[in-house]
Amino acid sequence: MALMRATSPHALSGESTTKVMLQVAAATVPGVLALVIYFGIGVLINILLCTATALACEAAVMKLRSRPVAFYLKDGSAFVTALLLGIALPPYCVWWLPVVGTFTAIVLAKHLYGGMGYNPFNPAMVGYVVLLISFPVAMTRWVGPAELIYGAPGIDEALGLVFGFGGYNVDGYTRATPLEVVRLNESVLLSRLYEMEPVFNKGTLAGLGWETVNFGFLLGGLFLLFRRIITWHAPVAMLATLALLSLLFYDSGSSLSEGSPMLHLFSGATMLGAFFIITDPISGATSNRGRLIFGAGVGLLTYVIRAWGTYPDAVAFAVLLMNFAAPTIDNYTVPRTYGHKAPRRATELEER
Amino acid sequence: MMANPEYGEITRNGLWSNNPALVQLLGLCPLLAVTGSVVNAIGLGLATTGVLICSNLAVSLVRRQMPEAVRLPASVMIIATFVTCAELLMKAFTYELYLVLGIFIPLIVTNCTILGRADAFASKNPVLPSLVDGFMMGVGFTAVLIVIGAIREVLGQGTLFADMDLLFWPSAKEWVIPVLGADYPGFLAAVLPPGAFLVAGLLIAAKNAIDAGIERRRSQQVRIVPGAKRVRTTGKIT
Repeated sequence: MALMRATSPHALSGESTTKVMLQVAAATVPGVLALVIYFGIGVLINILLCTATALACEAAVMKLRSRPVAFYLKDGSAFVTALLLGIALPPYCVWWLPVVGTFTAIVLAKHLYGGMGYNPFNPAMVGYVVLLISFPVAMTRWVGPAELIYGAPGIDEALGLVFGFGGYNVDGYTRATPLEVVRLNESVLLSRLYEMEPVFNKGTLAGLGWETVNFGFLLGGLFLLFRRIITWHAPVAMLATLALLSLLFYDSGSSLSEGSPMLHLFSGATMLGAFFIITDPISGATSNRGRLIFGAGVGLLTYVIRAWGTYPDAVAFAVLLMNFAAPTIDNYTVPRTYGHKAPRRATELEER
Repeated sequence: MMANPEYGEITRNGLWSNNPALVQLLGLCPLLAVTGSVVNAIGLGLATTGVLICSNLAVSLVRRQMPEAVRLPASVMIIATFVTCAELLMKAFTYELYLVLGIFIPLIVTNCTILGRADAFASKNPVLPSLVDGFMMGVGFTAVLIVIGAIREVLGQGTLFADMDLLFWPSAKEWVIPVLGADYPGFLAAVLPPGAFLVAGLLIAAKNAIDAGIERRRSQQVRIVPGAKRVRTTGKIT
């Protein structure tokens, strides 16, 4: 009698890469919606441009590598990379920024390292950082919330800004982001700054628009947690570290304060980073203990660069720096195997 | 060690199959650091080639007098002498370029391409082959420098052959070709060190791909022997 030989695990979860990726994409909807409500349709144009470029690049590389094109396009990983990059880019940026960034992300950061599952760095963040260091001016121009700039750009204005016709200039729409306002402040008490600056006095916690966007990504993140696509370790570690550090250096709201914990948690790319970027199973740490360290490291570096660096936000740099550290973290956080007394290091296994 | 040197072989080694930059991966520090533009690449390439030729010549001349124990220190002293000459010459004739290249001119002393050729070739071969080897290795190195410099200059600044007056005569300033138009915003990542690593890596990949293609074609040609009979067939006949 022939018995079917099957190795463990025997339970089928029904999850596939495509399903996971689609759920991640769905989880970004609240955040993207908030971005559209407060900052206009720029983010949708970015996402469209990024997605089109990502699918074209992915197909071209798969063709070059003689792999099945449709199979890899269907897994949705290129789409999610493009989605995250499109969200991270400043709305209404000129069209070639998303194109160059996505090309860098998909071709250089993902496929040159071996493609899906082999990239040591988060592709979307590589694309973002390459653009940020290459085109710092264009990449740091964020439009203000619609309420502060007499309405977000309409469709024709938006297309004019992105594709460079109609004589629109994005400088007419940009405002300092809440993080920048606090970073550049050197003379006013924080409480006074919050009364003076429209981006704060029209908002409630951490700046008009930004707090809602971050709340949207928090909601999406909770959905991912509930669906068990991500674990709580990395996000909680990152947010806790960030909150703790900003509390330590809050300086009771003096003029030299680096900002309140609420500002750091609910402004900039904090929630997007915490739930969508550092939970990347490929470029992050593997074990739960490793994820705690990884998340704490991202939180620490984010705070350090935000407070004492020259860039307005720091999540992308922090993630890439911790991506460097992920293999080392993995080495020292190998879980204890059943039957062994102490956990071992990955390098010990090789040395034997 | 070659008893009967083949100049064709030396040439092929220097320019392609044992290219110092693409195959031996030596001298990467200047290769990556100063190839932001074509003029920098040519400047450093010429200086390196000059030193390489002279040091190969000198080492080859004294190869019988050099005791084994001091071969390396003696080679380094010879190379350092020629690098000092090159540095003084650049200071005298191309002072602006000397300022741009800065520390990388004195650092030619530590360029492993030069020490490697002195040790691996010149100290074991007669004068003329050593001279040719130094020249070919230098040209191979310079060619790679120029290609990387050109790619990074076009991507980074949108121009080609900018500021050539630093190295040549004043009217060379007009050689500049605005490849990507005057209002190209400049892709800073290509000028920064990561761009150098990426471009160098892609060039190595391109060289390997070309080699693999040649190898494949050659092996296909060899396999078909006229008049040969197949005794047994397992699998596809190619």
